[in-house]
Amino acid sequence: MKRFVPLLLPLPVALCAAALLLPLAPLEGPPDLARLILLELRLPRLLLGLGYGAVLGLTGAALQALFANPLASPDITGASSGAALGAVIGSTFLGLASPLAMGASGATGAALALLLLFAVAGRRPDAATLLLAGLAISLATGALTSLALALAPSPFAFYEAFDWLMGSLVDRSLGQAAAALVPALFASALLARRAAALDRLALGEDVAASMGIKPERLRQEVVLFSAIAVGACVAVCGAVGFVGLIAPVIARRLTRGHPGRALLPAALIGALILVAADLLTRLAPLGRTIPLGVVTASIGTPIFLWVLLGMRGRMTS
Amino acid sequence: MTPLLHAEVAAPPHLQAMSLEILAGEKIALIGPNGSGKTTLLRTLAGIDDDASSVHIHGESLALVPPARRAKLLAFLPASRDVRWPIPVRDVIALGLAKPDPARVDQLLERLRLTDLAERPVDRLSTGERARALLARALADRPSLLLLDEPLSNLDPAWALRTLDLLDEVANEGCGIALALHDLSLIGRFDRVWMLDHGRLVADLPPAKLLSSPEFASVFEVEPASTGWTLRPSADRRSSP
Repeated sequence: MKRFVPLLLPLPVALCAAALLLPLAPLEGPPDLARLILLELRLPRLLLGLGYGAVLGLTGAALQALFANPLASPDITGASSGAALGAVIGSTFLGLASPLAMGASGATGAALALLLLFAVAGRRPDAATLLLAGLAISLATGALTSLALALAPSPFAFYEAFDWLMGSLVDRSLGQAAAALVPALFASALLARRAAALDRLALGEDVAASMGIKPERLRQEVVLFSAIAVGACVAVCGAVGFVGLIAPVIARRLTRGHPGRALLPAALIGALILVAADLLTRLAPLGRTIPLGVVTASIGTPIFLWVLLGMRGRMTS
Repeated sequence: MTPLLHAEVAAPPHLQAMSLEILAGEKIALIGPNGSGKTTLLRTLAGIDDDASSVHIHGESLALVPPARRAKLLAFLPASRDVRWPIPVRDVIALGLAKPDPARVDQLLERLRLTDLAERPVDRLSTGERARALLARALADRPSLLLLDEPLSNLDPAWALRTLDLLDEVANEGCGIALALHDLSLIGRFDRVWMLDHGRLVADLPPAKLLSSPEFASVFEVEPASTGWTLRPSADRRSSP
């Protein structure tokens, strides 16, 4: 499979170009307007797509390695919806306006959701326990997010629920993109340095500990860095599902099953998936825009089911 | 001669304080009834649990050495054969190496007769095959000390004997071995036996002396017999009419 990787290199470039240039029609107007569209609308959107997608792929891979479970991901564990709840509470009730402060409250929400999941499901939960506990946390935080928006002082807040729960990269400024991506990149770099430790964790916590890895500290680091990265992105773009689940699954096929070594490939694949999904939302017929979460769910659900069936096969054998 | 391992074990409440030494090339069998603390002792010697024990290997304190050095000092093989990810056998063995060394991996694949299975995901092996793959992982970096928790369970008799032969070879190269053992008929293959009971080290003897010791009879409640082992009439039964 590695032999084919160089053949795929033009793909990211073509995808980024398409994300900037499509649809073409708005760019055919006056050059000033075209420049504005490119720099103020499409560039932040592309950067957020790449960065948020990479964060989802990377944190998904790290959480899967940590939980020793290919179904763990920011959305399945409830981290994404916890981040959305944190950011919504921050903006509607605490009066936070700066994207960085919202990112911090998003990160807090994500971290609390992950800690709750550990408390409910344990360290190495089986698939059913992980799914059920994550589902409970996602449903509860999703409902609380809607409630928070319904009770918000601003009458328009409720209409934002869609963006928070389905995700959107539309109409974000370069400043917002920077506020999401700078902390996310920082946390992601720290997370990526744990790749070798996460590979050794595949041999079990005891063996990893005998090799000098502190499983408890590794767990805290993965939770903290994932929460910061996901929280910062969700605070700007809302919760996007499925990318963090499927990117690591694809990545591990390139890394001979190693969960830690899959971190960086998963980031790359996640970036490409999210940019492609966002492109699809714009290219829908009838001039309507499809919500981002709908596109990622349509791509992700078949792969999710495929993973689930694969696990069922292994568990019964 | 300075010992390879020197440990002051203090891991209450599961283990009582004990002082242990292993010489280079020495093979120790760790025996005791279920729940006597064999696994806990191996975990303590491997530096897994944060307890008050102090473990020195080659005079180096385990708590202070960096992870890359640890792989050279010791390897721990747990009783669980669980590997959650479908990683190929070759790669599982390579995880035991601090630095990549494909030639060493090939050598271990051949030695444990896993060459034909090298590319198979470890979760699709039989339990015995997986046990061999994980043993190869433990041996990979030629550690000075091997801590093996029931490495012979799940192995058929031939592979149990082949594994003991392999451990003899490793010990001849100077590696110290502590191995938790269930099959008491194999303790003759070891230089010394540590017998645990309720977290206490009740005997530290060569195998021949151990079997005839009163401690052995009272801890295991069995006696050697022509057919293997026979249950020893327990004290309470003897006192009843």
